This record gives sequence, C-alpha cells and structure tokens, in this order.
Amino acid sequence: MADLNAGDAIPGLSVTPDKYLPHRYAGASGDFNPIHIDPEFAKAVGLPNTILHGLYMMGLVARSATDLAGGDPKALKKLSVQFRGMGAPETEIVVSGTVKSVDGDTVVIDTVAAQGENQTIRNAEAEIQL
Amino acid sequence: MSIKTEAIGKEWPATTYEIGREKIGEYARVIGLDNPVHFDRESARAAGYRDVVAPPMFCVTYSAPALGPAMFDPEVGMNFAAMVHGGQEFEWGEPACSGDEITTSAKCLEIFEKDGKGFYVFETRSVNQNGDEVVKGTWTNIVRGV
Repeated sequence: MADLNAGDAIPGLSVTPDKYLPHRYAGASGDFNPIHIDPEFAKAVGLPNTILHGLYMMGLVARSATDLAGGDPKALKKLSVQFRGMGAPETEIVVSGTVKSVDGDTVVIDTVAAQGENQTIRNAEAEIQL
Repeated sequence: MSIKTEAIGKEWPATTYEIGREKIGEYARVIGLDNPVHFDRESARAAGYRDVVAPPMFCVTYSAPALGPAMFDPEVGMNFAAMVHGGQEFEWGEPACSGDEITTSAKCLEIFEKDGKGFYVFETRSVNQNGDEVVKGTWTNIVRGV
C-alpha cells in the first residue's frame, strides 16, 4: 500500500471512451436516455452531439479512488461529486487528484475529471479506508 | 416565478433488484475494472466476500429504478427539457454481492430555488436481504429557468 500524505498527487488515470462506450454504459446501468446514444436526438435538444453519462465519469473517479487501495471495492466509503461540463465520447478523460487529509487509515482525496480544459466533474471528494 | 415545493418529504414505493454475477461483470468491464473479485466467485471469496462483489458505483444500476417514479412525479413537476444532473453523493455500507436482493426506497429531501434555478434533491436508501444498508444516495438535479 502506498504511503499517502496530505498534498500528495494520486496516480489518477486516463481513458479514451470509444464511440460506442455510452451504449455499453447504458446497457450496464439501465440509463438509456437518448442524449447519450442517439446523435440526432442529442442535436435536436441543442447538444453538439451525444454526451457521456455523468455517472460513467463518476465511475472512473471511483475507480481512481479504489485503485489507491489495490482495487478493493470496499475501500471506498463515500464519494460526492459535482457535474459541470459535458463529456464527449472519443476524447481522452483524465482523472487526477490530490490527498486532502489522512487520519489513521482514512484518506480523503480531492479529484477532478477533465477532457482538456473542460472539467466535467469537479469537487469530487472521496473517502477511502486503507 | 415560484417553484412547487409540496413534494418535499414525499416518499415513493420501494423497488427490489436481485444482483446477478454477469451484470456485475458487464458493469465492471465498461468502467475498466480488472480486479477478479468482480468476475470470479473463488477470487471474491478468497478476498473475504460472500460472492462476486459489485464495484461501488454499480449502485446506480440497482438504486436508479426507485428514483424514476420520483423524478417523473407530476407533484415534483421537474421540467426535464431544462434539467441537468448537478451533483451526486453516495455513502457505502455493507458490500453488495451477486445473489443479494437489494430494496431501495426514494424520498424527496429538498426543493428550492437559487439564482433562477430549481434544485431538486432526492435521497435513495438501499438495504440488502438482511436489512443491512448497502448504500445511501443523494441525487441533485438542477433545472434552469424555473
């Protein structure tokens, strides 16, 4: 287990979701909102194209948090996020963050998910138990 | 304009979802998780889980069905055309494993107006077949131009 201290950067992750990722996420999650899977519908409601599910990106933030505990799912106790920019398929998502506090085996990290300058998830705070 | 607030405190009927092993694997693959505890029963048991264990954020799959009727309730009256998912919080308890029967209830916590936007905050609570809470979710939807 990595020795974590307040202010340390976390390894984070980067993923480029392919064109059909929103379809697979829709199937896995049950969220078939057409803004995520139908370009014509998305454009008709004023979006540039289909957008990623916010909860998919939150899933990546959760993955970056459990990665700190060797991928153990029960390490993640709490996660709160704010969705801001819209995410696009076929564009790299970078999840990065820093350790906010360490108290015994409880670590709180602050995380951001971004596509270039576009921060799609901000103020993501995760509490993990190592 | 004013916003309807009579749905604050309203609760909706609970939904029940039985977690399947292949569904956990399907979700884990989409997120890019490769820990065998999400795919293989023996690995999950060796790691101390009862069965193949769900990634934390798989909770959206079993808790969202309870939220649907709340979001579409005319008494809540959200304008979907102008709605965005603004924020989300989850607090996890007992791990959720394949074979678990998860019952989720939904409640409207808050409806308020701020800077011309409507904030609609819902809570879901999910418990397993033993009555242990597996996750509590706080879902914030924001509607522009209320």
